[in-house]
Amino acid sequence: MSEVIKNEDEILAKLDAFAELPDAPPKRKLKLSWVGKLASLVVIFWLVIVAIGPSISPHHEMDMDGDDSFMVAHDNEYGSFYLGTDHLGRDTLSRVLYGARNTIGIALLATLLAYSMGITLGILAAVKGGWIDMIISRINDAILALPSIMLGLIVIAALGSSVPILIGLAGVIYATSVFRIARALAQDIMVQDFVEAAHARGERIWWIIKSEVLPNAIMPLATDFGLRLVFVVLFISSLSFLGLGIQPPASDWGSMVRENLAGLSGGIDLDGNTVTSYAAIWPALAIASFTIAINLIVDDISAKSGGSLAKKMI
Amino acid sequence: MMMRMVLQRLGIGIATLFVVSVIVFVITSILPGDVADIILGQSATPETLAALRAELGMDQPWYIRYFSWLGNLASGDLGISKAGGASISSLIDSRIWNTLIMAGMVSLISIPISIVLGLWAAMHPGTRLDRIVTFGTLSTISVPEFFIATIMVLIFAVKLKWLPATLYLTGNENWSELLKAMAMPMITLVIVVSAQMIRMTRAGILNVMSSPYIEMAILKGVPRKRIILRHALYNAIGPIVNVIALNLAYLVSGVVIVETIFSYPGLAKLMIDGVQTRDLPLVQACAMIFCAVYVILILLADIASILSNPRLRHPK
Repeated sequence: MSEVIKNEDEILAKLDAFAELPDAPPKRKLKLSWVGKLASLVVIFWLVIVAIGPSISPHHEMDMDGDDSFMVAHDNEYGSFYLGTDHLGRDTLSRVLYGARNTIGIALLATLLAYSMGITLGILAAVKGGWIDMIISRINDAILALPSIMLGLIVIAALGSSVPILIGLAGVIYATSVFRIARALAQDIMVQDFVEAAHARGERIWWIIKSEVLPNAIMPLATDFGLRLVFVVLFISSLSFLGLGIQPPASDWGSMVRENLAGLSGGIDLDGNTVTSYAAIWPALAIASFTIAINLIVDDISAKSGGSLAKKMI
Repeated sequence: MMMRMVLQRLGIGIATLFVVSVIVFVITSILPGDVADIILGQSATPETLAALRAELGMDQPWYIRYFSWLGNLASGDLGISKAGGASISSLIDSRIWNTLIMAGMVSLISIPISIVLGLWAAMHPGTRLDRIVTFGTLSTISVPEFFIATIMVLIFAVKLKWLPATLYLTGNENWSELLKAMAMPMITLVIVVSAQMIRMTRAGILNVMSSPYIEMAILKGVPRKRIILRHALYNAIGPIVNVIALNLAYLVSGVVIVETIFSYPGLAKLMIDGVQTRDLPLVQACAMIFCAVYVILILLADIASILSNPRLRHPK
């Protein structure tokens, strides 16, 4: 017993010694500037809303409880309307809270789908090479040759729009860029000495993928995830804004902006005067805060990496 | 050598166009959403469906339909729109100029702005104004186009009441009226497109700035302004031209949103209306035009970077 512990101590001591060698890799620490920290708070806030939004919102997303459409903030016998009502007299705050689940939730699912497809095919293409690589890469290039919004429009024109179609569509479109990154990374890793050593040891291909390729590719792919999620949110909310994405009466930030545009010059205050209704602005701000925050975090992380003489001088 | 590289790119471009046309056709014709089904709707019986399919030539195998579609497309016969039965060429002809005028004016305004601002930010990195430009452009590219458009409507149409929120073109406006009507969609597109170009110009210059020969110039004490204008700019021209072409391609998706929100009577609005009414022949034709423009602009970007970079001109 005591011998085992002694051995462990020895091992730990050796590891410490290694850590102090001059060429030991620096410990990776995620340090964010105050902008990055603030941005992370915003992202965490919206992810919490995705989880608990419907249970804390004062009204149901489809309840037409408000006194009138495009009213400013007011109270009535059904409760308070802190952000006023939308074009059908529904509570704007509740619809923004419910909408988080549709906008961010669907985008997350689509991004996860894009990642699982892109990584699987990318590693497959890099590891197998030959005609498999050739076919997958050519199909990928063909999809990349079309603007994503055009691809989205023709698929929706042919198939109509529903949540599974949206997730599949965004998943396939954004899998193409994940595929390119994953394939390039895996190709780099496959020619490294440690992979050749594993080949020489007679390891199976699955073991090599699982234990050598994936752990080395996962960090660069993870930082890319944020950017990809932003693209998917923008893609899906743009389609919704065009009336071709998530269908009413479900609340979704993109379609909420479109539905309530008329309110910008047609809102009503408590005395019946015409004022500006901000029912279109709140969901627009919700999308903007989420996507800007993610981009700021990614920017912060990538600004920390690297640093040459010229970067310091200029 | 250079000629051969350019010709090779042209070949790839034509092949890409061909592949794109196959994708557009396959998605809109082979997938289960059957045109005959959509036309007949609820009144479809197996007999009427079969008759209509035969009439539309849909009982033919797909590759025959594809080549006849492609042949018609190449000869300018874009078919008949399902809604109203007007010929698609005439529908497109009346709209495409509006979109082209808008795209042309947006490019004329945004390209000089972006290059000047991008250069200027790269010349003063780390200063407060550079941070404002960087943060502003990052925010602009992270938000959807309709966010910018909505804010524009709020500021210029609702609060300041300078410009109309939606426009109705009759075709008889004089230039100043036309300009006023187009101002809002143009400002929106200029902001969206410039943000991307400013960022990439700045990044392109800073990227060149980190190469060894610039380090040499810094170390021997050349003033920064001279380094950028005399040393860095020439090597960054290739990437910048590339960025400009890519961003004009990015206009393709920008116009879809902007024409819809301001009901600007352009090609993209026509296409969105087609998608909403599931007018597949119209969608096919519009999609082919947009995709062809996109492919051609990317091709131009490719050729520009070959022409401007001697290393690409003479590959080892």
